[in-house]
Amino acid sequence: MSDTQIRASADALMRQSTTYKPPRDPVQIIRWTLLFMGAVVMVMPIVYMLSASMKYPHEMFDLNIIPREPTFENYIYVLADGRFIKWFVNSLVIAIITTISAVFFDALVGYTLCKFRFRGRYLIFIAILSTLMIPTEMLILPWYMMSLHFGWLDTYWGIMFPGLMTAFGTFLMKQFFETVPDDFLEAARIDGLNEFQIWWSVAMPLVTPALSALAIFIFLGNWTAFIWPLIVTTDQALYTLPVGLTTFSVEQSVQWELIMTGAALATIPTLIVFLVFQRYIIRGVAMAGLKG
Amino acid sequence: MNLYSRLSIERKRTVWAWAFLSVPIFFYVVIRFYPTADAMVLSFQNWNLLGARSWAGLDNYVRLWGDPVFWKVFRNTFMYLILGTPISLVISFVIAYNLDKTRFLHGTLRALYFLPFLTTAVAMAWVWRWFYQPVPIGLFNNILSSVGIGQVRFLNSTSNALPSVLAPAIWAGLGFQIIIFMAGLRAIPVSYYEAARIDGVSNWTILREITLPLLKPTIVFLVVFSSIGFLRIFDQVFNMTTNDPGGPLNSTMPLVMMIYQTAFSSYSMGYAAAQTVVLFTVLLVVSLVQLRILRDR
Repeated sequence: MSDTQIRASADALMRQSTTYKPPRDPVQIIRWTLLFMGAVVMVMPIVYMLSASMKYPHEMFDLNIIPREPTFENYIYVLADGRFIKWFVNSLVIAIITTISAVFFDALVGYTLCKFRFRGRYLIFIAILSTLMIPTEMLILPWYMMSLHFGWLDTYWGIMFPGLMTAFGTFLMKQFFETVPDDFLEAARIDGLNEFQIWWSVAMPLVTPALSALAIFIFLGNWTAFIWPLIVTTDQALYTLPVGLTTFSVEQSVQWELIMTGAALATIPTLIVFLVFQRYIIRGVAMAGLKG
Repeated sequence: MNLYSRLSIERKRTVWAWAFLSVPIFFYVVIRFYPTADAMVLSFQNWNLLGARSWAGLDNYVRLWGDPVFWKVFRNTFMYLILGTPISLVISFVIAYNLDKTRFLHGTLRALYFLPFLTTAVAMAWVWRWFYQPVPIGLFNNILSSVGIGQVRFLNSTSNALPSVLAPAIWAGLGFQIIIFMAGLRAIPVSYYEAARIDGVSNWTILREITLPLLKPTIVFLVVFSSIGFLRIFDQVFNMTTNDPGGPLNSTMPLVMMIYQTAFSSYSMGYAAAQTVVLFTVLLVVSLVQLRILRDR
């Protein structure tokens, strides 16, 4: 699929007009009702998690969704522990730094491979692309050995270094830079901008939809990452939210309302971000997905 | 003179290109290529993290071949794939196909279906684990008992545990697949449908003769992408079986979890490395076979 087609279909996806007038046609009524029931089932686990986090233990296992006596005591208890805030900050800092680094370098490499003609270009492109075939799990043992050797265990750097650049993002950005006309870059060159300035202030602003799509993907991947942070950290102060949540849940063992509160704390921030940026996120995921 | 100055600009640009690529090349060599080679070398060695690495020849692979746990794990890993990929693709296609034809509150429905994709697998594994508990704790069994149906053993049964662990993974991935399917459906030119309608072709024929064939690139992508995901399942299994990792009786243990345990519970790094090479081979072969089969048709 070409770039214009991908953008067009991602845009068309968002343009599907929503009406607020219920359908009259019986087929449509049945279709809509079934879809609505499906959607309710889809969000049920999230709804029950939120509901349980606001219930007292004695009400916890009743089927009602709205708590009879809503309470924030679970949240107060879990947050008073102090570790959750730390894990939250760790996850946020790590996800933000990794996202900035990956978007910057993936765009830079993608641009270079797309717009420069030099010997070895194709070889480098193939080499980077080939790393997509290698599963992270295979690299984890050598990464662990490196971290052990260089003292990166239990550091932010140790958690972050594997994700500072991604082959997927490089490929994605290379594709999107194809849509930037060479004339624009040539004009900037005549105006006396150096190559870095041309990339940063001429080419980059033209691919902002792709940059935000990539940023969303990489941020989500890092925010929910589990196996590598689990391996590289043993000090609870450096845990990310998913790893901390595992530890916390194992400790609570049968206090499900507290486990659900922890799970809710890990989920609520992404829910809020999604509600605010819904359109951009869905469009971005569609664009990145269609490219990959 | 003209020629010279043009050449010079070319050279300058080449210098810029290599300057841009210098840090990334260093990164890819040190963080991707060297570790790949190292993992392969390690699979022919013995190492317990403390002493020196010693050569073991093919011992790790021979041991893997004779290890009944490995074959159990190998089977499990493929069960995740064989159940997960078709089920999730059929469900997501049916939803996407119908959602595409719905306009009333379209945006709201789409958002609800997409929402689970943004959750953290770890958090949702614990939510589902709670659902699966026996009465009076677990939601599913409470619902079953309230309508008078007997209890189902989800996570503590060797036959039910694997599908139970797989369910949240399918659920979380649906939102992504639905969005990709809908974007794929949107990419099909409306004129094809109009022409078919003028010819008086039935909806079913349109679906079979126009929609599905034109959706093939999307289907190929989703099959390969989701298969890789199911073959690498870990977060859900780890969090839903913390009291008996990969249990009961290894019935839920996937390959990635076996690697994790071999490396970080038994510290047999060489043996774990051999398992990662197997994982790499499995992913490669499955992707290539799928591409071959799907592209040809």
